[in-house]
Amino acid sequence: MDNDTHPIRLRETDPPAVRFSQVSKHYGDLTVLDSLDLDIAANEIVSIIGPSGSGKTTVLRVLMTLEPIDDGVIYLYGQPLTHMERGGILVQSSDAHLRKMRSDIGMVFQHFNLFPHMTVIENCMEAPVQALGLSKDEARERSMDLLTMVGIADKAGQHPSRLSGGQQQRVAIARALAMRPKVMLFDEVTSALDPEVIGEVLNVIRQLAGEHDLTMIIVTHQMGFAREISDRVCFFYEGRIAEQGPPDQLIGNPQNERTRMFLSAVLDAD
Amino acid sequence: MERYLDFLVEYGPRFVDGTIVTVQQTVLAALLAVAIALVMGLMKLSKLFLVRSVATTYIEIFRGTSLLIQLFWIFFVLPLFGITLEKFTAGFIAVGMNLGAYGAEVVRGAIISVPRGQYEVAIALNLSPYKRMTRIILPQALIAMLPPWGNLFIELLKGTALVALISVTDLMFEARQINGTTFLSAEAFGTALIIYYLLARLLISPSMLALERVMARKMGRTPGG
Amino acid sequence: MFDWKWDFTFEILPRLLLATTNTLLAAGIGYTIALVVGLAFALGQRTSITLLTVAVRECVEFIRSTPLVLQIFFVFYVGPQVGVTLAPWTAGMIAIGLHYASYLSEVYRAGLDSVPKGQWEACKALNLSMGRSYFRIIIPQALPPAIPGMGNYLVGIFKDTPMLSVIGVAELLHTANAVGSETYRFLEPYTLVGILFLAISLPAAFGLRRFETWARRALGVD
Repeated sequence: MDNDTHPIRLRETDPPAVRFSQVSKHYGDLTVLDSLDLDIAANEIVSIIGPSGSGKTTVLRVLMTLEPIDDGVIYLYGQPLTHMERGGILVQSSDAHLRKMRSDIGMVFQHFNLFPHMTVIENCMEAPVQALGLSKDEARERSMDLLTMVGIADKAGQHPSRLSGGQQQRVAIARALAMRPKVMLFDEVTSALDPEVIGEVLNVIRQLAGEHDLTMIIVTHQMGFAREISDRVCFFYEGRIAEQGPPDQLIGNPQNERTRMFLSAVLDAD
Repeated sequence: MERYLDFLVEYGPRFVDGTIVTVQQTVLAALLAVAIALVMGLMKLSKLFLVRSVATTYIEIFRGTSLLIQLFWIFFVLPLFGITLEKFTAGFIAVGMNLGAYGAEVVRGAIISVPRGQYEVAIALNLSPYKRMTRIILPQALIAMLPPWGNLFIELLKGTALVALISVTDLMFEARQINGTTFLSAEAFGTALIIYYLLARLLISPSMLALERVMARKMGRTPGG
Repeated sequence: MFDWKWDFTFEILPRLLLATTNTLLAAGIGYTIALVVGLAFALGQRTSITLLTVAVRECVEFIRSTPLVLQIFFVFYVGPQVGVTLAPWTAGMIAIGLHYASYLSEVYRAGLDSVPKGQWEACKALNLSMGRSYFRIIIPQALPPAIPGMGNYLVGIFKDTPMLSVIGVAELLHTANAVGSETYRFLEPYTLVGILFLAISLPAAFGLRRFETWARRALGVD
């Protein structure tokens, strides 16, 4: 499926892009996800906010299959991601199944994680060539288009260590997009950046929200940004969604006591 | 001084012959050590207990006993098991297997020093486990392991001196022969010591530094930066 | 299996065990020399006299980069040439002690370098003498990071003692060689030597790791 086609309207019968069904995850005694239910429609932009340790980053990490879940099932476009069907029952995913399902998801990390031993363009071309089997020319063309979109085409031949944090994060976004994912995950992508370059990264995400039909899940501390870009904001507390709703309502007029305390603490700090 | 010059003129060619054998032993042992270190280092990181145990056993046995004992064992005892190695072969195999065990720890350490985020992004980009290792992790680990390998190669060069004890005609062997016939011990052993020092300082150290510089440039960094 | 003779094994075992004490003795004496001379090497490289610093540095580099077995021969045979005859034990202890002193000096150096500059400045500000600064302030702080390296070289010197056999020090390998040449059997003596080395070095390495953790805690680092 090509991302350049027009968005399809979600009908009642369409499965959600992402569905968490009774998902739990523990680290030892600590419960980070507590029987989480969460549906995200195709092309929806959902922001996840909450105090540290509330499980918000874990939502992205288990969806990217970086970490296994202990209970429940995650579905991607109606297909089980963490499990697969075998003989009429769901069993744990095999590596092959994971790799097939994973190809629809892209992720951008807090600490960029660019490959230090490759140039900017090589970073973007690596996965399309090595995982999708694209020719180098195709991959280069695709990567250059994306680097142009994030405004960093002039640095294509540079190594990441020569770039500012904001530039590195824009490369990381282009690199994830080069795999043409349907769902993009943004994990606190501005938390490691100097204040003066946060804007350039947020602008790229705004642009993506406007131009591409992508489903986006954004974990962020930038309340203003979450309010402006999201279709829905979820407030996480102790591994559960304590409150969710349209951004103006959730951030402007929170109903839950926890949400109010969190927001006033965050907004005071700003 | 003049006496030493006469000594050099007379025995120089034998020192040269010995040095050539020492360099051959060093290069062959180094190739073997690197291969063993890579295999054992990766095996030690395996998820499978059995694979890990094989590597641990190998590493502990070769690091827990002495190179000289391993050399004698390979040369004198292995034939009893039907494996007879020529002394030249037995020499570099013993040195290579010994240093390979030390190298395995270096390889393992370098691989686990690659930040966790690099593994995660390689998964997120859907690279296969094999490509994650060969294209993302190992190239970065290589840079981290170069400086310790520089030291290991010097240890390896020094280790090859022991092959003289099973009569491989290396530099050390020649020095002993010359000492035995001339009784000019200071000249014989001193010259050999100086040649070993020059091999280490003028051959191994500079080439490892050059390699580090090349790798640093590939990373887009200036050395030390 | 493989013609292994148990009665022969038990016949030579006492002799090998006796030689093991010599091996341990050699390692102990050599290490003691190395500890002291190594500190001299390390401090010698930190003086303000450039010539001394450079000379010590080169000396350490030379010893570190050349084979121990050759150094053992050198010390043993060059003595008589200049009129000093050294017993195998003496020559061996000098050679192995100096070799490991050069290793240990690097460990000390790294430890000393790890002490922040501010500590020296504080010593100066408190008007402490050079010796007092070193022994009361600097060395106690330089020790904890040096402990793992020192432990590794303790096991290292033990494993290098078989090289002393080349000049006739009656340690383990020398004894195994003797048994071999008397009986023309090599399987049991060499294998036993290997096992004895493993039986000592593996627990020693384990014990040293335990000691490290304990020492770090005792010195208040962790």
